[in-house]
Amino acid sequence: MFRNQYDNDVTVWSPQGRIHQLEYAMEAVKQGSACVGLKSKTHAILIALKRAPSELSAHQKKILPIDDHVAVSIAGLTADARLLCNFMRNECLNSRWAYNKPLPISRLVSMVGSKSQIPTQRYGRRPFGVGLLVAGYDALGPHIYQTCPSANYYDCKAMAIGARSQSARTYLEKHLDVFLDCSLEDLVKHGLRALRDTLPSEVDLTSKNCSLGIACKDKKFAILDDDDVSPYLALIEGEERSSRPQAEEAGQAMEADDAGTAGTSTDPVPADPQAVDEGMDQ
Amino acid sequence: MASSSMFGHGNTTPFWTGGPAPGQFYSFPGSQQAAAQTPAQRTLYPVVTGSSVLGIQFEGGVVIAADMLGSYGSLARFRDCPRLFKVNDTTVVGAAGDYADFQYLTNVIEQQVIDEECLNDGFGYTPKSLHCWLTRVLYNRRSKFNPLWNTYIVAGIEDQKPFLGYVDKIGMAYEATSLACGFGAYIALYQVAVITKDGVDIKGPIKSETNWEVAHMIKGYE
Repeated sequence: MFRNQYDNDVTVWSPQGRIHQLEYAMEAVKQGSACVGLKSKTHAILIALKRAPSELSAHQKKILPIDDHVAVSIAGLTADARLLCNFMRNECLNSRWAYNKPLPISRLVSMVGSKSQIPTQRYGRRPFGVGLLVAGYDALGPHIYQTCPSANYYDCKAMAIGARSQSARTYLEKHLDVFLDCSLEDLVKHGLRALRDTLPSEVDLTSKNCSLGIACKDKKFAILDDDDVSPYLALIEGEERSSRPQAEEAGQAMEADDAGTAGTSTDPVPADPQAVDEGMDQ
Repeated sequence: MASSSMFGHGNTTPFWTGGPAPGQFYSFPGSQQAAAQTPAQRTLYPVVTGSSVLGIQFEGGVVIAADMLGSYGSLARFRDCPRLFKVNDTTVVGAAGDYADFQYLTNVIEQQVIDEECLNDGFGYTPKSLHCWLTRVLYNRRSKFNPLWNTYIVAGIEDQKPFLGYVDKIGMAYEATSLACGFGAYIALYQVAVITKDGVDIKGPIKSETNWEVAHMIKGYE
């Protein structure tokens, strides 16, 4: 029944110095559909791929509003994300109530970090099975943060999480230098291209499966869906896609395909030592 | 069966002399019975007090001033009580009213400033955020019938603009271009300067109409 001796509980170390339960939780993030976040000097944007669990249902929301100046995009267990969102909304409201100020993004994310750490060290609890890309605008400008089930969080120039997101990260790394001085339109184009790179060749971005979030100064965080994203999609329509084989991750969208399928086909024990690096400050 | 014989049968001295009756507290000799029965009381009046704080905005800044007298009733008891508190490089708080309450809140704010500095994330108190926080704290305390007996004037610069805010002990708060509290509120505003894009308009000097004819009738405050 058990894959190894040391993955029963989050409080048990493996002799290699790993906590398998945490690494499994990190795997859950890779099963959610992809999200991309990037920023210029003036804007932080989120672009997410929405999945529909069935032909009969609507597409799942991927970008959730937190406050007027911040929103998150999720990959992993949607239910866990909703709980974290609730927490983040609360903290943002508290800041506005007590200090009449929007909560700085860095503080919001560090609160999520502190909250996520607790179930990584307690017997009988499980880490959150969701990764977040947090995009927001505060007094220090635009921000993109990534949070993990391992309770790590990273301040990012650009980032992609979720299924097949490595391709998006490859795109982002390649164009990293130009983002800072981009106009909003160009930034969205880069984001859409990065997200499109995560798709299998027979699928394309549509106004149905694509969601866009924009944070900028003195404006409410805008979340665009359906027809509102069409003009942006038109910007990259007909462009040639970077055709690279998608071998490394054949992820299922957990939000869409239900958590029951997790880890049935692929071995979820990360054999790659790199998985450890990701969770530790080395 | 044995208990009655063990303590002596028919002994007239009660075994538990002076002890509490069931469900009551032990009554110590000489304690005032009446004091225990009066209801708990909150602060009903300030003790050592400060009075005037003045604040006025000008183009590019704010001036805030307070005397250093700590009065004990009508007695000028302490003469070295600073009532202006520097929160950070952009914010100053001045307080009138109970000096101990001011010192308490000063300590709370000081600790929070240290905590925020430890985060080292580039954010800290601003005049507006401190003014809002003070409003919440003071209103909360008055709602518990246990007010901090102060009036606060928050002065500072935020977004390159001067800020001047007022909060009193019941949590009533507002902003204005010039503020005064304590005794100074009655007499101190000699001049009011209004700075707009059209220029500077100084009104005054405004003199308070005072009448001291009845002063000789006041007894008991000498």
